Order: sequence, then C-alpha cells, then structure tokens
Amino acid sequence: MAYVWAFVVGGAICVVGQLLFDVVKLTPAHTMSLLVVIGAVLDAVGWYDPLVDFAGAGATVPITSFGNALVHGALTELQTDGWIGVITGIFSVTSAGISAAIVFSFLAALVVRPKG
Amino acid sequence: MAVKSTGRGSRAYKPVSMSSKEYQAFAKSREPSRSVWTNCLKAFLVGGIICAIGQGVTQFFVAVFHMTSKEAGNPTVAIMILLAVILTSLGVYDKIAQWAGAGSAVPVTGFANSMCSAAIEHRSEGLVLGVGGNMFKLAGSVIVFGVVAAFVVGIIYWVFGIGAWHDITG
Repeated sequence: MAYVWAFVVGGAICVVGQLLFDVVKLTPAHTMSLLVVIGAVLDAVGWYDPLVDFAGAGATVPITSFGNALVHGALTELQTDGWIGVITGIFSVTSAGISAAIVFSFLAALVVRPKG
Repeated sequence: MAVKSTGRGSRAYKPVSMSSKEYQAFAKSREPSRSVWTNCLKAFLVGGIICAIGQGVTQFFVAVFHMTSKEAGNPTVAIMILLAVILTSLGVYDKIAQWAGAGSAVPVTGFANSMCSAAIEHRSEGLVLGVGGNMFKLAGSVIVFGVVAAFVVGIIYWVFGIGAWHDITG
C-alpha cells in the first residue's frame, strides 16, 4: 500500500508541475523554484510532515521536499541554538541531497563526454 | 518585443508580408497541438513511478539499516540522485524527460539531471570555469529560492516563537 500512495502523491505533485508548465506557461526554472517555495511554506504551516508519514517517498522524492528540508533544518536549529540557528541550520538536513548531486555530477563530468 | 524594434520607423527591417502579431498567430496555428491532459497523464505516470522506486529505496533503508521512514528520506534522496546521474550520463534521462515533461523534472532526479547535464555539457570549458561555474546554472534558482524561503520562515518563527511550530507539528 505504501507504494500505491507514494505513486499517487508523487504523481500528483508532478501533475501540479505539468500544469504550471502548460497552463500557467512558467519556465521549468520558475516552476521548480515555485514548488520549492510551496514545500517550504507547507512545512512552515506543519502540513509536510503528515504528508511524508502518509505518502513516504511520494513526498520526499519530489523537489518540494527540498523546501521542506531547508525549513526543517532552520527551525530545528532555531530551537536548539537560538536566532543564529536560522542561518546555520538551513542546510543541516539537505546536506545529503546537495552533496550527492555535486559530487556525482562532478565525477560524471570527469568521465562522460557530451552527446550530440 | 519584435513589434517595437520593427515599428520604430526603421524601414530596412520592415516586415515584408506579415505583421509580427499576424506571424505569431500563424506560427501558433502551425504548432503541433499538445494536449494538457496527455501531458498531465504522462507526468503522473512517470513521476509516480519515480516516487514508487524511491519508496522501494526507503523500504530498503528501513529494513536493512533499521531507520524510521523519516530518517530514510535523506539517504533515499541521495540514492535517487545517484541513479539520475547515472541515467543522465548514459543519455537515457533526457529521453525520458522528453516524453515525461514535469514527471521527470519535478522529482529530485530532475534536479540532479539539470546539474549533471550542465556539468557534462560545459566540461570542455575546463574544470573550474566550465564544470564548477555552470553546474548550478539551472539548479541554482531552486537553491536560492528555497534558502530565502526557509530564512523568511525561520525569521517569522524567531519573532513569534518557535513553540508555535511545535504546536502545529505536534
């Protein structure tokens, strides 16, 4: 059942993105930026965590989870370290995603030749 | 845009047979029609499949490393990014993306794809100026707006008290 909800919720978030492409005519960069901000706002009002509980990877794999993780890091360190935590904590949760993307992309650029 | 530059009395650039508006209407009528419904269905299918694969990775971390499903979220994202980089390097991801639209762009795999393809594309300009300088060309806006949004949220909760967040998140 977990797979079904991951599929449905993840697919639905992608449909939102597709509608922003096709109907609102946003560029991909605008769409992704907007989705990240939406994820951040959803976490700020406390709705993203229940969505993760419900949909699992359906909520953690779309880019909205990036906004969610940034807010989560900022707020968690705001609580432990005070106001400076807002700055120091933003990347504390997302480190895995960003570091992985940078390192793997760099290695790929060393090995792979561009096609076409 | 084009209307302004041609309409300002510069006779050399006067359009021959169509005004810019007429041309746009003509070009639109010749565009292949793309149904929003089909695009959404494709995005739903591919996005759903990517998230279902992610769910498989999450279950793997839960079963093998005894994580909670929330703790497994981060390593899942890292594995999905690795898969996306491999598929991008093989040239497969861009083929999927042409068919799937937002279905392959919205998951973090699309984020990784944009970084990886920019890095590969600009490799010939050197490691520092090419790979280093261009890797975040597309992904950068996502990070900038995500961080600014998170900062604003953080400041709001700093002003109003972090307790409010725990009240709603439980």
